[in-house]
Amino acid sequence: MPGSLFPTTRRSVVEALSSEDRIERERAFDSVAAIYWKPLYKYARIVHRRDSADAEDLTQQIMLQALKRDTLAAYDSQRASFRTFLRTIFDRLIANEDKRAACVKRGGAATQVDFSVAEEELARENENHDTPDEYFRRQWVRTLFGTAAAQCRETLDPLSFAIFEAYDLAPESDVSYAQLARRHAVTEMTVTNRLAAARRRFREIALELVRESTASDREFENEVRALFGIDV
Amino acid sequence: MSWLSDDTVARLQNAAAQPDFSDTRYEITRALARGGMGVVYEGVDRDLRRSVAIKVLPIEFAGGDAAVRLRREAELIAGLEHPGIVPLHDMGVLADGRAFYVMKLVRGKTLAEMMQSPHTIAEALRLCIRICEPVAFAHARGVVHSDLKPANVMIGEFGEVLVMDWGVSVAGTPGYMAPEQESGSRGPVTDVFALGVILRQILAGSGESLPRRLRAILTKATASSPGDRYSSARLLADDLLRFLDGQPVTAYPETILDALLRWGNRNRALIGIVSAYLVMRMVVLLMAHR
Repeated sequence: MPGSLFPTTRRSVVEALSSEDRIERERAFDSVAAIYWKPLYKYARIVHRRDSADAEDLTQQIMLQALKRDTLAAYDSQRASFRTFLRTIFDRLIANEDKRAACVKRGGAATQVDFSVAEEELARENENHDTPDEYFRRQWVRTLFGTAAAQCRETLDPLSFAIFEAYDLAPESDVSYAQLARRHAVTEMTVTNRLAAARRRFREIALELVRESTASDREFENEVRALFGIDV
Repeated sequence: MSWLSDDTVARLQNAAAQPDFSDTRYEITRALARGGMGVVYEGVDRDLRRSVAIKVLPIEFAGGDAAVRLRREAELIAGLEHPGIVPLHDMGVLADGRAFYVMKLVRGKTLAEMMQSPHTIAEALRLCIRICEPVAFAHARGVVHSDLKPANVMIGEFGEVLVMDWGVSVAGTPGYMAPEQESGSRGPVTDVFALGVILRQILAGSGESLPRRLRAILTKATASSPGDRYSSARLLADDLLRFLDGQPVTAYPETILDALLRWGNRNRALIGIVSAYLVMRMVVLLMAHR
């Protein structure tokens, strides 16, 4: 059974966040930050209508807070996904900030990220969203897919990735298999096979990222549904 | 990685969901139905050159205990040889770990579509009995459907009734699920509950008022407590047959008056002939006395 895509024996990043071992905890934190910093920043900007400086500050704060074990002790995977938990404590943090009124700038970044990238992306995105939760989910899917696509670039052979990039990753895909075959001087069958292999790898990586950031099978199943859509 | 547009994200979601059958003998033609428990495609078996229906289970069912359980279920279902059960031809696992089932492609209408056309109570009951039969057959072999609903019953081109989607569904469908299914419990009585709901829906389409004994059958089939229901689809079908034949049903304890009324309903023609004879005799006697 090719179930090797599912690293069930690998310790969940969510579990590792509560580890006694500081290095393991920080490594886990980096993994979480890689997936969540952009959704959180954009969420603060769009849903809570914060300016970029405030949103940066809040994102750094939530990341620092997520490192604390007493924060994570409140997380129960039976009640909600880690994604929802993170959004909820972020909402709470923002509400408390509102109460304080005066904004106190904190020194020291929790993680080295370039907020200007997120700001540029926001300028290109459609701000319409049904609910805060839906907006956060969509940003999470976008970032997770972006991370998976970046890992595909590192792990796939150049031809497979070039075909995958042109056919699936381009902002507007209107290229045909025949055009790709001519462009790369291969047969259409090769294009078909390479694209299928690239999609398979993409799916594997995306699932692995979800598996890492969930704490139970049930949460994993729900998050996979949220990632690929209910009709998968 | 550079930013992904909404279109790209949607394309990737589709691409990730699209099953890759390149390493199998099957080829996907089009999607037939989508649901929480996966997507059913029409496909072609390249080796045997025949059309088939292929159900691809959701990606979260790949690997682990779920895959083992599904394989065990598939083995059970493959052993169900009955004209009312859509046969399972094959099963396998795609490269991404998703399980798929290959079944006979049934052409016809679903029960959900058929229910729209006009019908009498008797027609509804006969149809329901034919749905109960394959379910009863499966129950006798230890297999439970657990997701019976009009969309899972096909009426073939020649009127054959076929029950689809055996066992691979574990969740059930709201509206057809027995109360105990919500806590994961399943057994013949959960199927009986769903059959009762289906029967009620078919009967509602007849537009006729239901006799008390038939209402009792419905109540027993859809009882909240599993212990109050028919213990198998066979017993439900038997009671429906008894009702059609004008016999007493187990769901309704009769009084003497009920029994007389039922006997009367069943023997209307005889009562009519005897009554006519008696009236005629009385007229003859009266005329003779004058």
